[in-house]
Amino acid sequence: MTRHPLPAGPISAHRGRGLPLPGADIDTDRIIPARFLKCITFDHLATGVFADDRSERAGAHPFDREEHQGASVLVVNRNFGCGSSREHAPQALMRWGIRALVGESFAEIFFGNCLALGLPCLTADPDHVAELQEAIAVDPGAELLVDLEAMEVVLESEFAGDNRWPVTLDPGPRRMLLSGHWDGTSQLVARDAELTTTAAALPYLNGFR
Amino acid sequence: MSAGTLYDKVWDLHRVAELPGGSTQLFIGLHLIHEVTSPQAFAALRDLGLSVRHPERTVATVDHIVPTTSQARPFADPLAEEMLATLEANCAEHGITLHGLGSGRQGIVHVIAPELGLTQPGMTVACGDSHTSTHGAFGAIAFGIGTSQVRDVLASQSLAMAKLKVRRIWVDGRLQSGVYAKDLVLHIIRTLGVKGGVGYAYEFAGPAIEALSMEERMTLCNMAIEGGARCGYVNPDQVTFDYLRGRPEAPAGEDWDRAVAWWRSLASDAAAEFDDEARFDAAAIAPTVTWGITPGQGIGVDETVPTPEELDPDERPLAGEAYRYMDLRPGVPIAGTPVDVCFIGSCTNGRLSDLQAAAAVAQGRQVAPGIRAFVVPGSEQVAAAAEAEGLHEVFRSAGFEWRQPGCSMCLAMNPDRLEGRQISASSSNRNFKGRQGSASGRTLLMSPAMVAAAAVAGHVVDVRLLLAEPGATGSCIDSAPAASAAGAGR
Repeated sequence: MTRHPLPAGPISAHRGRGLPLPGADIDTDRIIPARFLKCITFDHLATGVFADDRSERAGAHPFDREEHQGASVLVVNRNFGCGSSREHAPQALMRWGIRALVGESFAEIFFGNCLALGLPCLTADPDHVAELQEAIAVDPGAELLVDLEAMEVVLESEFAGDNRWPVTLDPGPRRMLLSGHWDGTSQLVARDAELTTTAAALPYLNGFR
Repeated sequence: MSAGTLYDKVWDLHRVAELPGGSTQLFIGLHLIHEVTSPQAFAALRDLGLSVRHPERTVATVDHIVPTTSQARPFADPLAEEMLATLEANCAEHGITLHGLGSGRQGIVHVIAPELGLTQPGMTVACGDSHTSTHGAFGAIAFGIGTSQVRDVLASQSLAMAKLKVRRIWVDGRLQSGVYAKDLVLHIIRTLGVKGGVGYAYEFAGPAIEALSMEERMTLCNMAIEGGARCGYVNPDQVTFDYLRGRPEAPAGEDWDRAVAWWRSLASDAAAEFDDEARFDAAAIAPTVTWGITPGQGIGVDETVPTPEELDPDERPLAGEAYRYMDLRPGVPIAGTPVDVCFIGSCTNGRLSDLQAAAAVAQGRQVAPGIRAFVVPGSEQVAAAAEAEGLHEVFRSAGFEWRQPGCSMCLAMNPDRLEGRQISASSSNRNFKGRQGSASGRTLLMSPAMVAAAAVAGHVVDVRLLLAEPGATGSCIDSAPAASAAGAGR
């Protein structure tokens, strides 16, 4: 199903088809129900994405609709990814094929989990998100350019021409994605001397002296 | 800016470096792990050829997947068994302390770390679980993380973090009898919304907060995340110190006095500046129950399910989804809603004082016919303390099942779950669609005493009516037995 490689290195743009998923406060239990968390690797999570919502809607869920197969830009509404901190949620989305998200707002832990995987979560005005969701629904085959340099998304429709909307992303996460520093383990490990200095000054590690 | 707050002081003490991406490298004082969110982190560490930098600062237990009926190994569920076996192997390989089943110290990670004295004021605490905010009750900065960050903490004892703003939530007055910390936090979330706290740490302060016991403060901070705030905290005070004194991992001897002096200095200054403030009156809060599919969809037990007209326009679509999913009609009183299953437990409300409050309602009464009611202590220590007081017999006599410790039906990763469209009265923290193990199962969140009241009535009922009934024994929570081994002390 996945046609885009997993994120690696600097991320300045992504081009792929859009997938509108309307609804406020969609929590991570819905993105990946807890029974799918009984695993010791993330490898097989794609099948569990929105499992309960999809079975409830019997083929009509956006993730099951034929026109959205292979889509890679998820367009969501308010407070997406709230609730449980399970990284299984963005892992499952990523393994299904999602490479970028655009929405009204994102829950904090979910946003950070996505960043650690190299999945940009871009914010747009509610009106713009609604327009974008509608435009994708009208022309689901159109490519969507997610541009972290220009901070805009562009729907490249053969019928309607280019349609663009501004997006926002805090400077820190944006810099991390653009520079490829979103996978930070090596940076953290590299500052071991500074870490030791910090620890040496913490009262609770030093007999409260 | 949040100058002079506890959050500021603790952040500054733990700052290691500013990173090229613009975030701050923050030292993590206490790292807690469990079987669900750690296996992939250990695997990633192995792939990177890294070791655990400070194994003595990480502590493990098993909670999410453990059965609560028989905990004999191997578990009946091979996937659950594999997860625990993997945790055991990873802890053994890296020299990490694991408080396993039968150790006397096992339990829900957010219950055992405080009761062992691991969680202390002024620490940074991280765990691959969103309810890590619980530990903020001690004046720690505690937050949930994902598995990539678990890997980072294992590898470096630090995290790349962005600093939060601080909102002070000031609560005047005192909670009424029959109204608990759970009601207070459901009321706060109802008012500020489930995304109101995004970008903020919540400082809970004011006379009503100072009057709370440590266990009540833990319930409050536990659910900060349900209001969108990744961490919530209470300034450390005498209540905090009294709780910690004598616990196995708490400072002792000469260290103790120095520790208390330092802890006192961490509290937000009188002149501290906050980015925002919200004020509440504790005395005006009723027992609170959720009617919908987010923890923000809560109402007083004496209220009716809100009509669309009573809600903000942008809340109406979600309310519509909630009416359909919950099969509740707008304008109808929530009291009287029939329930099928009653669950008392979880990291929110699985501590000794929670069980005492529920037992005070159950005492001398009977679970209504057709209701399945069960009590899952938050830890082996909570179970032992409750049994020492005879609470297990109170529950059993009333028709509740008395189970072994674990997360249980809060998220139903073990065999405890709803079936079909069953509706539960639950002392847990999330009423999301499908949360309790059935894709169409329904959850009403409330305090443990309210769950016990629903169990005996067979439907949602104001617990204050039961507590006021003449002749019912144990009718006042304040008369519950005083602090015991697990230290419920108010």
